[in-house]
Amino acid sequence: MELLKIEDVSLKKGNAQILNKVNLSLGMGEVHAVIGPNGAGKSSLSYVLMGLEGYNDHEGRIYLEGKDITGYSVTERAKAGLTMGWQEPARFEGISVEQYLGISLKNAQDYSRNGRKILQHTVSEALEKVALSPQKYLKRSVDKSLSGGERKRVELASILLMRPRVVILDEPDSGIDTLAIEKIFEIIEEFKQLGIGILLITHSNKILSIADRASLLCSGHIIKTGSPSEAADYYTDQCLSCIDERYPREVAE
Amino acid sequence: MNHFEQMAKVYADAGGQPEVFKDSDVAHLVISGNKVLGAHLVPGLRVDPRETKDGVAVKIVVEEGVKIARPIHMCFGVVPEEGLQKIDMHVEVLDGASASVSAHCVFPNAVKVTHIMDAEIILGKGAEYKYNETHFHGMNGGVKVVPKTKIIMGEYSYFYTEFNLPRGRAGYVDIDYDAELDAHATVEMITKVNGYGDDLIKIREAGTLKGENSRGVLKSRIALKGNAVGDVYNEMIALGAKSRGHVDCTEIIMENARAKAVPVVDVRHPEAQVTHEAAIGGVNRTQLETLMARGLDEEEATEMIVQGLLQG
Repeated sequence: MELLKIEDVSLKKGNAQILNKVNLSLGMGEVHAVIGPNGAGKSSLSYVLMGLEGYNDHEGRIYLEGKDITGYSVTERAKAGLTMGWQEPARFEGISVEQYLGISLKNAQDYSRNGRKILQHTVSEALEKVALSPQKYLKRSVDKSLSGGERKRVELASILLMRPRVVILDEPDSGIDTLAIEKIFEIIEEFKQLGIGILLITHSNKILSIADRASLLCSGHIIKTGSPSEAADYYTDQCLSCIDERYPREVAE
Repeated sequence: MNHFEQMAKVYADAGGQPEVFKDSDVAHLVISGNKVLGAHLVPGLRVDPRETKDGVAVKIVVEEGVKIARPIHMCFGVVPEEGLQKIDMHVEVLDGASASVSAHCVFPNAVKVTHIMDAEIILGKGAEYKYNETHFHGMNGGVKVVPKTKIIMGEYSYFYTEFNLPRGRAGYVDIDYDAELDAHATVEMITKVNGYGDDLIKIREAGTLKGENSRGVLKSRIALKGNAVGDVYNEMIALGAKSRGHVDCTEIIMENARAKAVPVVDVRHPEAQVTHEAAIGGVNRTQLETLMARGLDEEEATEMIVQGLLQG
């Protein structure tokens, strides 16, 4: 069953066509990567899917587990089982890591296997999963005293606790050190085991390697969907000369 | 219920711990209107309260070298709907002494209450004084609070003050704190106020870094809703060599509220440095949408962000 289906989604801002008839789907436990150059529309696509302010005036439909969520608010989408990890997670003055993670716990989705409920992680376990010590971090604020990488890991822990049906991860490795990237792989693997669908926006070949499928987005168009290597090869072989004329080269190393 | 019990109740309602009034190891002072309802001292602490026509004049001395381990609890308030309370407070923390105060100012039924605080705080060499003040003004908005404090800080002294008004109506608040620092002294002033209705919140925090290596941080956190107005004026003057200061103001406005911040940075020594940051506007959209993407509705997310700002 398709968990997420995006049908002919187009977005225009002023005279600029940001997304142009984007069609995409995501199955249970599937990792679908979206790659493409800067300005291709990757982040805009994630904002449209999450229903963020300024991205609701689009054409096309969005379905989550067969239900049309196109007109849903951000909260309604979250309650339906869709969430997102931001490329640059927000800072929250005076909100502790424990309080922040508590929100996800409260709104977590239930998962069962063979008729038995799969137990939820505790807040401390979720922090350990992202290689942060609960003793050291639970009482700290999710503010500028945490580095970008630490906030990113706290955000991943919050998604882990929420256990959505579908998660959009926008550049999950940015600002994360090499050791912690292994933890991200483990978390994505755990999502897959639960059957959570993952829409992965990335520039990194290493992250791309864990995807089941990949779509190449350019100037708001999906121009290729296939295996991660097919999409990456197409990008390298067909797109770079075109992109080089307009953008500095920034393909995944 | 007698007058003291009434005050203890409103003190507890405002987040205070009335059991400390029975603890012989904890110093306290309870003032209602112009009456001193209770006072308890610990060794090394002298408190001399004198009732005046409209309030109380109180002199507090922490003797040289004395370090008071547990916070001194103070409770000021006016329980009736109307009243005037003028507190004249003179505090001296002598050389090498240290004390901290947990103060609650409670006006739970105020319709027309004025609370005026004129304070002078003198810190000796190496003295430390922390003053944490929490206000509860009730829901009528009928309170006028005018605290004015002059702080004179000796070498290597440390002063921390936090003014909190996280819940209820602010009414009219006009804060004026002014600190003068000698060499190696450090001051931190933090104000956190929540206003709505037609509340008017005026804050002036000033620090003059006179001595070399003196340090100062002035921080304001204001959340305004309805037709509330906030006016923050933070001034840091750096005169001493290698003195360092920072001014930091964040104001969140909602509905028809208005906010203004004027950070004044006045540096008069080439080796001194003062920085400032100010952010005024609605609730940050990315913060809001992040919490909504975890399942909170917009109102819950806004409340969490505002309370984090005010209570964190």
